[in-house]
Amino acid sequence: MWEKIKDFSSGFFVTGEPMIYGADVAIVLVSLAIVYVLTRYKKWGWLWREWLTTVDHKKIGIMYIIAALLMLFRGGVDALLMRTQLALPGLHFLDSNHYNEIFTTHGTIMILFMAMPLMFGLFNIAVPLQIGARDVAYPFLNAVSFWMFFFGALLFNLSFVIGGSPNAGWLSYPPLSEIPYSSGPGQNFYVWGINISGIGSTATGINFLVTILKMRAPGMKLMKMPLFTWSVLASCILIIFSFPVFTATLAMLYIDRFLGGHFFTMTGAGNPMMYINLIWMWGHPEVYIVVLPAFGIFSEVVATFSKKKIFGYKSMVFSLILISVISYFTWAHHFFTMGAGADVNTFFAIATMAIAIPTGVKIFNWLFTMYKGRIEFSQPMLWTIGFIVCFVIGGATGVMLSIAPADYQYHNSYFLIAHFHNTLIGGVVFGYLAGLIYWWPKMFGFKLNDRLGKWAFWFWNIGFYVCFLPQYALGFMGMTRRLYTYGWDRGWASLNFVSTIGAFLMGIGFIFQAVQIIYSIKHGEKDTTGDPWNGRTLEWSIPSPAPHYNFAVVPYAPEQDAWWEMKKKMQDPDYKKEKVELEPIHMPKNTGIPFIMSFFWFIAGFGFTFEWVWMIVVGLIGVAATMFARSFQYDDDYYIPVEEIKETESAMGRVV
Amino acid sequence: MIQKWLKWLKVLPAAIFAVMTLAGCENYVVLQPKGPVAKTEYDLIVFTSLVCLGIILVVFALLFYIIWRYRDKPDNKAPYQPEWDDNKTLEIVWWSIPIVICLILGYSTAKTTYALAKGTGLHDSNKQAVTIQATSLDWKWLFTYPDDKVASVNEVVIPAGVPVKFELTSDAPMNSFWVPSLGGQIYTMPGMSMGLYLKADKPGVYYGSGANFSGEGFAHMKFKVIAKPENEYKQWVAQVKKSSPALTEKGYETLSKPGLTDKAFYSSYPNGLFEKIVKKNGGDFYKMHHMDTYKTHPDFGKDSMKDENGGSDMNMDMSH
Repeated sequence: MWEKIKDFSSGFFVTGEPMIYGADVAIVLVSLAIVYVLTRYKKWGWLWREWLTTVDHKKIGIMYIIAALLMLFRGGVDALLMRTQLALPGLHFLDSNHYNEIFTTHGTIMILFMAMPLMFGLFNIAVPLQIGARDVAYPFLNAVSFWMFFFGALLFNLSFVIGGSPNAGWLSYPPLSEIPYSSGPGQNFYVWGINISGIGSTATGINFLVTILKMRAPGMKLMKMPLFTWSVLASCILIIFSFPVFTATLAMLYIDRFLGGHFFTMTGAGNPMMYINLIWMWGHPEVYIVVLPAFGIFSEVVATFSKKKIFGYKSMVFSLILISVISYFTWAHHFFTMGAGADVNTFFAIATMAIAIPTGVKIFNWLFTMYKGRIEFSQPMLWTIGFIVCFVIGGATGVMLSIAPADYQYHNSYFLIAHFHNTLIGGVVFGYLAGLIYWWPKMFGFKLNDRLGKWAFWFWNIGFYVCFLPQYALGFMGMTRRLYTYGWDRGWASLNFVSTIGAFLMGIGFIFQAVQIIYSIKHGEKDTTGDPWNGRTLEWSIPSPAPHYNFAVVPYAPEQDAWWEMKKKMQDPDYKKEKVELEPIHMPKNTGIPFIMSFFWFIAGFGFTFEWVWMIVVGLIGVAATMFARSFQYDDDYYIPVEEIKETESAMGRVV
Repeated sequence: MIQKWLKWLKVLPAAIFAVMTLAGCENYVVLQPKGPVAKTEYDLIVFTSLVCLGIILVVFALLFYIIWRYRDKPDNKAPYQPEWDDNKTLEIVWWSIPIVICLILGYSTAKTTYALAKGTGLHDSNKQAVTIQATSLDWKWLFTYPDDKVASVNEVVIPAGVPVKFELTSDAPMNSFWVPSLGGQIYTMPGMSMGLYLKADKPGVYYGSGANFSGEGFAHMKFKVIAKPENEYKQWVAQVKKSSPALTEKGYETLSKPGLTDKAFYSSYPNGLFEKIVKKNGGDFYKMHHMDTYKTHPDFGKDSMKDENGGSDMNMDMSH
């Protein structure tokens, strides 16, 4: 009996690594601490009522952001572990297997469990407020999206202490990810963590598409809505038309692994090249999914902090759409060296170059928004300027990579790594951090401390270049990616060492941000007006933090920069405030079903990962049961009475 | 505040340049082409890099000028036009210049892509191509020489100044065959036979490695490419045939098991080993679906290339 338990545990739990044991201890301690705090302060009920069952997009947004920041921490630690191992030749800090698991989880976490949820968090925080809506189109689905993400991410994150992480790269190419070369549960964690979370992503794409198309305030035509909202619309279209490909492809990989399929195997008429094509048909739109909302944030920030209207609104919208469309025609540039031939390579090279055109146009539009403006170097503006420098380098090296014959020398080298970090960090991360700081007062009612924020910015910014510029050179020196170690013989040591220093500088930047948040909770400047930046769009017209119904009165917003125009009218000496009749506001009720259903998906996913059929059955029955229960939930809405609206508004200093 | 940081910015490029040259110029293998394929790619790399650098510098100049001139300082006398948001001329300029740049880059790309597919720079010497087969294994490279019937592991010897037709496959997960001094890489895939022509202009030792992650020992998949003058190459072949052991079927089986090995030489190898490896991993399926033939350019080797030993039924092809 004892032997059986021991046998099982040594396969089930990851053993033999002191760092993993340390992590096990940390996980247990933190879990106990959380349980203790919730029990001691009698907060279980509060947790359930206010957070686990919420359908309020503002709270869902906050939960997404908290999860994303935790994932940024984990992905960042992965990066520091890797860079430590590579600081010098022949180090034994991490062995090959451990290193391979770490770079796999680093990539997967950063893109799918950090960038995506951070983005969805910002969608939730800002979009309904920007368009003058009181909620998203499908609040229940919104909650489902979050909890599916949460449990998918949880499943994936468990892999490093239970069963073993995937180790075939963030995209798990076959044949390496098929059974003969990856027989453990690692690849299954990958498929199920991502697919469960992916259901949530696809649902969010649909949700926000419908919200933006159908729930804008009266008068707000499409060509008058804020550019961030436009960028979200473009991103959602990309999500809807690409995530299903990802989901299906990973499902096929799982069928190969679990049911003996031959979609991508070496024999049995399988074709690994098919996987690579399919995965990148999702993969390329994916990077535009994450970068377009960052572009949207920059448009808001540049206009607000240049105190000037955004230059070329129509051009900006057209560029967003053009980028979205072209992004579907570029996927093969991720494998120019797979031997498709001159015709195919040339086509995709040119399509890839073409996508740089609308992107470049956007940069010029931002520059000329700042031109003849009055530029204030607030934190969001600093991140934006940092973005322009960083992303232009990334974009230019992207054009260099698109030159197919040149790519035959760049592919899979450190040149490639430097390029995509340039665009992902410089574009996506800098953009979301700018957005987070920008919308923070609206979420929480206070601003993030400026001084600490600027220290954070400079460490990130300088650390970035110290880390990644040497990597371009390493690419030219023939260093390929995914090497757990290297020798003294190629002269790679000095640049690797410098790069490691840069990584730690970025880590210090992150620490400053953590300190900034904690400090600002206590000492942050309160936002008493709801409009701390003298903003231009509707979210700044309501108090901070936003009341749960968002708008006491649905605004009439027929102009671009609706709030700015309203403020101008209010300055007019003849301005008379309209008398409005308040009406009870229709709101959705909280429900525990999204949380519970996602939990059953977690059970099923765990079962699929370890191929325990009984657990799969239990999980899927649970999913079906919760969906069934939902279909009988008739009492799912309520009305906020007018007196409560008046009370809430006056408590926040507003007279209606 | 800004002044202090600007001072550091001036030092930065100098510091970066210093660090990069610390590594030693000859180690920048991509920038030191040693063969016609690498040279063609290098020329394109330099041209496109200069164009991209130009773009970067223009954008930076604009950015730094604008944020300096239009910053919100109380004594700033620069014009402030908060409603100005449109200018057709500017739009036309910054749509057309990138389009023109793309046309130029697109044209160079197309030209070079097809030139490489046709084998530019490989026909000049009027020499017969030598065929060498490379199989990526877990985690080593096996080279078989169908012209000479010898084999080697983790080291490949080629005649200098002669085009070498590499036929590539994998008996392990997908990998990539990369000798940066001589030219770009191409994936090695189980069940498929890919073709890559390379040539070393001069004798020398060139660095090669796997370039697509294939598992635990991937970092150790390095190999040497030793280019010898033709007569020395023939001597080397004769010497290996005389003094090295044979690679048997069993020997290959051991070799293909996961693990690392030292370099090795074999005086012979089982007949049709490479073709058997391809077939074993699904080669027939690809043949049936014409996926093993990936578009040889009709003009390849038209003028002077004669490929005496192209007789394998595996339809080897030009990659780039």
